[in-house]
Amino acid sequence: MTFSLAELMTCAASRVFDDDGEVLATGIGLLPRLAASLAMLTSNRDLMMTDSQSFMLSTPNPVSGLAEHSGQDNENWMGFSRIFDNVWSGARHALVGPSQIDRFGQTNISALGGTYAAPKVQLLGVRGFPGNSIFHANSFFVPKHSKRVFVEGECDVVCSIGYNPERLPRGYTFDDIDIRQVITDLCVMDFAGPDHQARVVSLHPGVTLGEVLDNTGFDLAVSEFLSETAVPTAEQLAVIARLDPKNMRARQLKDDPPGVRVSVRETG
Amino acid sequence: MSKLASAEEALSVIRDGMTVGIGGWGPRRKPMALVRALLRSDVRDLTLVAYGGADVGLLCAAGKVKRVVFAFVSLDFMPLEPAFRLAREQGAIEVTEVDEGMLLLGLRAAAWGCPFIPTAIGLGTDVIRNAPQIKVVDSPYDDKEWVAMPALNLDVALVHATRADTSGVCEIASPDHYMDDWFVRAAKHSIVSVDELVERDYFHSAEVARRVYWERNCTQSVVLQPGGAHPSSSDPLYGFDPSHFKKYAELIGEAGYSGWADAYLGQDEATYQRSVGGLDSIRALPLPVY
Repeated sequence: MTFSLAELMTCAASRVFDDDGEVLATGIGLLPRLAASLAMLTSNRDLMMTDSQSFMLSTPNPVSGLAEHSGQDNENWMGFSRIFDNVWSGARHALVGPSQIDRFGQTNISALGGTYAAPKVQLLGVRGFPGNSIFHANSFFVPKHSKRVFVEGECDVVCSIGYNPERLPRGYTFDDIDIRQVITDLCVMDFAGPDHQARVVSLHPGVTLGEVLDNTGFDLAVSEFLSETAVPTAEQLAVIARLDPKNMRARQLKDDPPGVRVSVRETG
Repeated sequence: MSKLASAEEALSVIRDGMTVGIGGWGPRRKPMALVRALLRSDVRDLTLVAYGGADVGLLCAAGKVKRVVFAFVSLDFMPLEPAFRLAREQGAIEVTEVDEGMLLLGLRAAAWGCPFIPTAIGLGTDVIRNAPQIKVVDSPYDDKEWVAMPALNLDVALVHATRADTSGVCEIASPDHYMDDWFVRAAKHSIVSVDELVERDYFHSAEVARRVYWERNCTQSVVLQPGGAHPSSSDPLYGFDPSHFKKYAELIGEAGYSGWADAYLGQDEATYQRSVGGLDSIRALPLPVY
């Protein structure tokens, strides 16, 4: 059975929701949304998802080929102001793609380089990251594992709270911060190393630990149970194909690589 | 009392240095005809509060803005708003960057007459480091520290609704009214542009009355401007205009604000609409599917 790297990453990412129970799963971007939808249709049928607009759905919409929103399986109105009522209750798990992630699990989507008054590159702004990070679980999706993303120092603009002792607010412990997993094109990581150090949990088929370490700007712990990332099952691939009939997943990673890598990537 | 006014009449309350909140979200249901009328005016040094899209981008590019209070400025399908990006990278504007939810809390504090609302949002992040005017305070009830999100008191709110009557009863028929009710309640004075004007009895239907998110005494001016949200969407009447946004991004990139303004702004809204293909073509824009 052949599968693409995008499909492998989608299946790995879907697993972050397996034990969540009845929470709102929010995947920002096509593959993260596909991952959350896959989880809701397979491993965690209690998950809740929206139409990315203003309604909660009892069955997730396809991520491609949807002609209109009418006729979808609405569950309740869920406008943006109401999303915050959910966020602030903590019953949510977001899967997002930050531009930078540092060794503390802090992330950046706001701006890069220069000064804060005049950044070299203005990105989106902090959006909902500060609130998401203090209220509920977050996982990260990284299409290209590199030192540009996994930065050496702190993020240029710290948009989300992480396991940084210097920034821990008074009255808080690291138990109040819930960073789950990081799914990249090379591996799956978490922050369950010593003192919440980032830790490699599984390597994608054909990827070496050296590749991961060489493309990360900070030291990583390695799980004593380091394994190969589970490959997609036939059922998962069938559900993915149904959720993405236009095969938009093939356009999300450069050159749509196969799920089992043969060549070793250069340090970047 | 009729609150019907032209955009120019309605906007005459806006003075240099005022704080103006703009409703909508990114490329969705923005009061763009009102923004264009502001672009044609002499007003300057504004502080903008918005879930920003091309409204914020254009006003920044035109040099109307001193400060932006924002969580993002984005066109969604085009994640980075080109004119805002340029203004930021040139250091041309001051900013107060807050979380999306903090912005909502700031509007609610203003609406409720509170100086601030305590929240955990922003703790441990650069939001509180980069905005020293946002204080972290002790709680009288626990030993934690809290962010005191200050009230975002607006002098004027600009929002775009689907329909209104002349007394200021406004319907938002879109699937989401976003935070528009909070913008209106946070403001001393609210100006609402609408696609359609209706009679008072239109609201007698309970179903329609449920799509009215603030009372008429919160609305000071109603500006009738069919297609007035273009190039943003006014769901269910029309979608946003990706091709105009692309053209806008190109022109801003190549020739700055004047590149876009010379080609499109025009002397009034009728000229603008002609330059983008006319009202019929705006009404034909398909609704976005997410």
